[in-house]
Amino acid sequence: MARKPAPKPAATGTKPVGKLPDRDVKTIGKLVGLSDMVAKRSMSGKDPLIQIPLRTKSNTNWNKKKGILEMGDATADRPLFDLKTAKQFMQTMLHASTIKDLIEEGKTSSLRGVFYKAKHTVAGTKENTFDTQDESDPILEDLEVSLGALREELHIFAENRGTLVGNITLVDKGDEINARRMGSGGWGIPSIVEPDVIRFGKCEAKFVLHVEKGTVWNRFNEDRFWEKHNCILTHGAGQPPRGCRRLLQRLNQELKLPIICVLDCDPWGHYIYSVIKQGSISLAFESSRLAIPEAKFLGIRAKDYDECDLGDAVKIDLTENDIKRANEIAAYPWFAENRHWRKEIELLLKNGFKMEVEAMINKGISYVTEEYVPERLKAKDWLE
Amino acid sequence: MSTTLTPDAPGVSETTRKPMSKSKPAPRATAESMASKQRDISVSEFFAKNRHLLGFDNPRKALLTTVKEAVDNSLDACEEAGILPDITIVIEDLQPDRPASAKSSRYRVTVVDNGPGIVRKQVENVFGRLLFGSKFHRLKMSRGQQGIGISAAGMYGLITTGKPMVIHTKPKASQQAHHIELAMNTKTNRAEVTVDDETDDFPPRRFRSLTPGTRELAASSQFLADTDYPTGTSVSIDLEGKYQKGRGSVDEFLELTAIANPHARITFVPPTRESAADEDDVPLLRKNKDRELAEDDTSPPAEAAPPTPAVTTETGGVILFPRAVSDLPPETKEIQPHPRGIELGILLQMMKEAQSERDTYTLYNFLQDKFSRVSSASASSFCQAIGATARTKIADLDHAQSEKLFKALQDSKLPPPPTDCLAPIGVRQLLAGMLKGVRAEFYAASSREPDVYRGRPFQIEAAIAFGGELAGDEPARVIRFANRVPLLYQQSACSSFKAVTETNWRNYDLQHPRGGVPIGPLVIMIHMASVWVPFTSESKEAIADYDEIRKEMKLALQECGRKLGTYLKKRAKMRREGERRDVFQKYIGEIAKACNAISGVDAEELYAALLEQAKRKTAVADLELDEDGKAIKDKGADDADEEGVIILESAASRTGVDAHDSDAPPVGKLSRAEAAALKVHAMRGDDEPTLIDVKQPDRLTQKGTSSKARASKSPSKSPVPAAAPKPAADASAKAPSKPKMVLVNGKLVPKDQSPGLF
Repeated sequence: MARKPAPKPAATGTKPVGKLPDRDVKTIGKLVGLSDMVAKRSMSGKDPLIQIPLRTKSNTNWNKKKGILEMGDATADRPLFDLKTAKQFMQTMLHASTIKDLIEEGKTSSLRGVFYKAKHTVAGTKENTFDTQDESDPILEDLEVSLGALREELHIFAENRGTLVGNITLVDKGDEINARRMGSGGWGIPSIVEPDVIRFGKCEAKFVLHVEKGTVWNRFNEDRFWEKHNCILTHGAGQPPRGCRRLLQRLNQELKLPIICVLDCDPWGHYIYSVIKQGSISLAFESSRLAIPEAKFLGIRAKDYDECDLGDAVKIDLTENDIKRANEIAAYPWFAENRHWRKEIELLLKNGFKMEVEAMINKGISYVTEEYVPERLKAKDWLE
Repeated sequence: MSTTLTPDAPGVSETTRKPMSKSKPAPRATAESMASKQRDISVSEFFAKNRHLLGFDNPRKALLTTVKEAVDNSLDACEEAGILPDITIVIEDLQPDRPASAKSSRYRVTVVDNGPGIVRKQVENVFGRLLFGSKFHRLKMSRGQQGIGISAAGMYGLITTGKPMVIHTKPKASQQAHHIELAMNTKTNRAEVTVDDETDDFPPRRFRSLTPGTRELAASSQFLADTDYPTGTSVSIDLEGKYQKGRGSVDEFLELTAIANPHARITFVPPTRESAADEDDVPLLRKNKDRELAEDDTSPPAEAAPPTPAVTTETGGVILFPRAVSDLPPETKEIQPHPRGIELGILLQMMKEAQSERDTYTLYNFLQDKFSRVSSASASSFCQAIGATARTKIADLDHAQSEKLFKALQDSKLPPPPTDCLAPIGVRQLLAGMLKGVRAEFYAASSREPDVYRGRPFQIEAAIAFGGELAGDEPARVIRFANRVPLLYQQSACSSFKAVTETNWRNYDLQHPRGGVPIGPLVIMIHMASVWVPFTSESKEAIADYDEIRKEMKLALQECGRKLGTYLKKRAKMRREGERRDVFQKYIGEIAKACNAISGVDAEELYAALLEQAKRKTAVADLELDEDGKAIKDKGADDADEEGVIILESAASRTGVDAHDSDAPPVGKLSRAEAAALKVHAMRGDDEPTLIDVKQPDRLTQKGTSSKARASKSPSKSPVPAAAPKPAADASAKAPSKPKMVLVNGKLVPKDQSPGLF
């Protein structure tokens, strides 16, 4: 048979791990455990399989007491000898090997970097181990949950996404960042914001205003909203990434700053709020690190069309998809159990249209920064 | 084309007419004037005007029907006399110089057989009268039924060319043959003999030098050899016809006939050229490959005692359908009608006939004598049922009683009619025929138990061939036979075709558009054997649609379909498992490497362990590969469910698996194909306990046992001893190795050598 794996006679696998930090030694131990389990099962004639905690809604529990989503105990078997999972099994092992290399060399890599490192043609075929990064990213999440290791423990980071500006000083890997002097661009929130990377310095801000995306953030920054109202201004470029959410949580927990969100009035805006507040289904295992149960939803509210006397121009008809999504969200227990949110979604559906934050510009360029948000803040008119 | 008699037809005899009544200046017609025109119509006249009823609608079909009638008669005659049929068909083009655009031409069809011959005084009756024959008045399975065929062909020839039929017949090997030329008088339904003498020229010698091919074959005594035709009959008919290959052609008819009659040796000399096509015809079944093959085949079979290989060959344009089995079909018995299913009119007629036989015929005796399956006990219970006694005479029955009797007969619970009147082809022969003519990978056949329609026993057999070289996305081909005669026209009117469309082929993993035939690489064969096949018309092209018949047909098809479905599922599973193993094997190398990198586990060892598991998980793929050949052989012996199935190696079923299995050498293929042939042999005798003694054992001896040694070795091209010396182990099996298919380099050869059907 022409094909044969050509691994060099073993034993070169492990390098001395002596001077690695304890956290890394622990992670490597987990990786070796995974490999040993596969090898042991194979040699004893048992089905090699990896157990991966399920990241689905059915395995997500709503912890009402803590106000966050938590991952359940259900796991999915990923056997090698099953057509549906054979390739994923191989990919999981490849990534495990890649990560071990990263840790041993003391480097970190982006998701995309890991994808490229593990991507090659399968020996003897024309097939790639990974075709796209979309295949690779979920495998890394699988590894996180099955190893019970956080992404930074695996030495992987995502692209920077999300921006911050405001009355605070931060220390990023030893460099002092004065968030009051960020010009028009703001400070990009890194994907890893753990205390060993980011420390908080002097902070005068009294709260954090989180907006949905960059364009809105620009409006608020240009109008120096954070200066006038003594706050921190952030955005998460839509659904906020882990780095952004973790930073918000730390600001909330360590500096006791309230988090106030200004998001679109549509099911997607509602869900962004839900993720910030309770955590997401796919990252339920990290909720305790990410969720901010105290976060508040300031607007845009379904009632605003009437209350603020907005013009017809702000209306965007709900699509079928929107309606479907709204009903799904309404059924999530953490919404369904909240009388105010039930009403909010009912009104949205009754209105039959959605509204974007930008649409407020229809009332005046700085209407949202100078009238809408300040008034609501003053009145404490928000949803929780 | 003129339908009147041409001048050189023999004189028309006067028919008596009623004197004309006195003419009156009267209304259009009176009873008398009409009466003057009312007269007998001779059957011949009727059919001369309605020749389409007999299958002479157009020149092409006329040519086919003529050949068909003559061949049917020859086969019937041979079998009745217990002679293994040897039939030669020659079609001569009498207008070879006609313009290329001519749509039809004049042909001379000659059919020579080695049958028992015809005694001199019956020749005129057999060939010169419609509705004369031995077959109409009996319930016995035969190809011909009414006694119309050959006389009608002669009549058609006479009408279109004015030439009489030429007959040579030799009933006694030691005596000269009769040479008779006769023309039919349609008015009187009698033959007029124009030539009547004795001759030594049988079989007619002039054919031997007709074409290069016939000369070549005649030189090796393979063509119309005197020794092959000690007795027999030769009929020549000149007719206006059209020779064109394709569907519904003489070629197709003979090929199908050869499939359904593996015991017959058929030689066909086609005319030198085809008629101009006037429509897009179905492409030739045997394709033009034949021609090339004929040229390739430079070594004609050896001279002395040529052992005919059982594959169709072509020599210089002459097509030889060899004898594949040397057992005649079992002799069938004549039977009496069965009471159930008989009609009132027929019952009354039978009673009348019995009465005229003997005035004192009692009902009790009548029932026992004239019906099958009526015991003395049941006869007396019938008598009782209509209030008669055992001594009541038929003559004394009134009409009401007759009707009562009729009803009692219908309601009776009698055993079904005897079935020794039927000679089914048999599962083994069906498979042999299909194997010879159809290049597929899967064959299944089934033979139903006899059943009854209208009091007449019949038996249905079906066979299917699937895959291989058959075209994949076309509707399945249905080939139909009645009493071993292929039916080429009116497919959609045929009960068998309806049975095919009504069978749910989707159950067997085939595509099947509603109301149509299934789509796929499939040939479906249906055969009905009966003492009286109910055709829809005298041209015998379609079987009438009786519920009982269609039901049996569907059951037979379902039986075959189930076997196919099982095979397809198994094949799909094998393929899936093969693909699965591919996938697993692809990845385990990567996994072993990754594990090695992580924990330093021995990659080679891990790879070996994983490969072991992968093989075990996909064992089905292996299992079939390694054991199928053997399995087939075993099944033939003890697995009743798989009876009637042959599976040949197919490329499709091995793809993807082969590559990894270096242990499976081409020998596997060889033994598999051989196994199929062996199975055909092995089944011999199981389904045909009574076989008539063979007349010419020297030509083809067939021994059921063929050594296994041969199966694994000797991929010899043909059993001609000189051509391919065989291993010593084979010496004992010189004659027996009558291969259904020949092996060359481990491949099945019917494909390369025989111009098969498809």
